[in-house]
Amino acid sequence: MKAILTTIGKDQVGIIAGVSQFLAAKSINILDVSQTIMDGYFTMMMMVEIKDKDFDFSVLTAGLNDLGQKLGVEIKIRRAEIYQAMHQL
Amino acid sequence: METNKIIETIHMIADENLDVRTITMGISLLDCIDSDSDRACQKIYQKITAKAAKLVKVGQQIEAEYGIPIINKRISVTPISLIAAASNDEDYFKYAQILDKAAKAVGVNFIGGFSALVQKGYQTGDLKLIKSLPRVLAETELVCCSVNVGSTRSGINMDAVADMGKVIKQAAERSVIANTKLVVFCNAVEDNPFMAGAFHGVGEGDTVINVGVSGPGVVKHALEKVKGQPLDVVAETIKKTAFKVTRMGQLVGSIAAERLQVPFGIVDLSLAPTPAVGDSVAQILEEIGVEKVGTHGTTAALALLNDAVKKGGIMACSRVGGLSGAFIPVSEDAEMIAGVQAGALNVEKLEAMTAVCSVGLDMIPIPGDTPAETISAMIADEAAIGMINNKTTAVRVLPVKGKKVGEMVEFGGLMGYAPVMAVNSASSKNLIDRRGSIPAPIHSFKN
Repeated sequence: MKAILTTIGKDQVGIIAGVSQFLAAKSINILDVSQTIMDGYFTMMMMVEIKDKDFDFSVLTAGLNDLGQKLGVEIKIRRAEIYQAMHQL
Repeated sequence: METNKIIETIHMIADENLDVRTITMGISLLDCIDSDSDRACQKIYQKITAKAAKLVKVGQQIEAEYGIPIINKRISVTPISLIAAASNDEDYFKYAQILDKAAKAVGVNFIGGFSALVQKGYQTGDLKLIKSLPRVLAETELVCCSVNVGSTRSGINMDAVADMGKVIKQAAERSVIANTKLVVFCNAVEDNPFMAGAFHGVGEGDTVINVGVSGPGVVKHALEKVKGQPLDVVAETIKKTAFKVTRMGQLVGSIAAERLQVPFGIVDLSLAPTPAVGDSVAQILEEIGVEKVGTHGTTAALALLNDAVKKGGIMACSRVGGLSGAFIPVSEDAEMIAGVQAGALNVEKLEAMTAVCSVGLDMIPIPGDTPAETISAMIADEAAIGMINNKTTAVRVLPVKGKKVGEMVEFGGLMGYAPVMAVNSASSKNLIDRRGSIPAPIHSFKN
C-alpha cells in the first residue's frame, strides 16, 4: 500500500537523514520525495510503499512521534487514499 | 499529488477539528423476537456481540492508518417496542439492561433504539416502552431512546405528545443527564447514525454501516477567506468544503463496511458541533455575518448553510441519508452558549431556526419547575413544523431540578454545558389536556 509521510517543523541538520534511516530500518521503501520551505517551516512530503498487508500503523505512528520529538518536527503518516478521495474526482 | 492539497488536509484534521463523528452499525433485532423475554434478551445479546465484535477495533485501525479521528463507534437497533411486544412483560427495563450490557461488551460509545414509533397510535408494546423510559434513562449508561410522535403522512399523536411531557419531567427528577439520551421526533429517519435519535428501521437490511461526518471548523475556516464577498460566493465555498468532508466520510465508511463484511448504508452530511473551541456551527453563522447567533438574519444564514452543505455533499458519496444538515444543539456548541449568555439567542428564535435546518430544539436546559404540559406543547410546536414542512424535527429539552433561568448546568464531556433558558410562562394546559390527534396536512395526500 502507498502512504504519504509528512514532516513539518523548524529546519535543522539531520531531518531527512533521520527520517530516511528510520524508514529503512522498517523496510519501508521511499518512492518520491519533495521538500520545500513553506511559511518559514521545513516541509517534506514522502510517498512511501509498505509491502506488508497487515502492517500495524499504530506502532509505526508511535515510533514516528518519538522520532519527531527527537528531531523537533511533526511527522505524520496517512494512507494515500485519503488525500486522493478529498482532492481528486 | 500537490503539496498544498496535502497540507490543506493536514490543517483540516490538525487545526480545524475535521473528524468522522460516528461509525454506526445498524443491527436488525427482528429475528430475536420471542414470547419469552429472557430468551429474547439472550438472542439480542448474542446477535449484537457477534455482529459488532470487531466494530471498535476496525474503527481504531482506520484511525491509525488514515490519521483521521473517529470520535464515536455506535450501534443502532430495531425499535425495541416492536421486539418486546411479543412478550407479556409489563416493563421493558430488562431489554434496556441487555442493550447496555451488549454495548459495554463490544466497547461502543452508545447504543440507540430503545424506541417506539407512535405517530398514528399506540400498539401493544409502545405504551409499555414509554412508561419504562424514566427508569431506563436514569439507570442505564449507554442506551439512547427515541419516540416518534408525528409524521407528515400521519399527523401528530397528541396522546403521545402529552405522555412524553410527563416522561421527560419524571426522568429529570431521577437524573440531570437522563434526558440527554432521549429524543422526541416528528418524521424520524430510519438510517440516522447520530445519537440520541438513532434506531435501525424495519425497512433496512439486516446489518449496515452508516457514517456521520462533521467539520464545522473546516467550513468556518474556508469562509474566513471570502470575507465581505456576496452570499453566492459563501454558498459556493460551503459546497466545495462539504464535498471534501463528505468524500472523506465516504472513504472511511466504505473501508469500514468492507472490513466488517457488512453493506455500506449512507453518509449523514451533518455539521455536528462539539463544545471545543473552533468546532461550532454558530461560529459559521457569525462568520457569514450576524454579530451574535440568534439576532435577526440568523435563520437566513442557517438556511443557506444547511442547503449548501447538502448540495456539496450529495455528489461526494454514493448514498446520502440520516438527518443531513446543520445541528444546532445549545449545550454542545460554545458559540451558541455565548449567544444565550449575551441575550441574543432564546428558545423562540431556536424554534424558528429549526424550520430551516436538520433537527430541532436540542440540548436546551430549562427550569426544573417547567410544567409537563409546557414541555408537551414545545414538542407539539416542533412536530407541527416538521409535519407541515416535510422534514425531521426533534425535541431534546432538559429540565434541571432546582435550577432557575440563567444558572449554569454542566452535563460533562461532549454533552457540554449551558445556562438554563427561559420558557414562556403562560399555560398550554388546556391544549395538551384535549389529547387526541392533529390530522395529517392536506399536502400529505400524494397518492
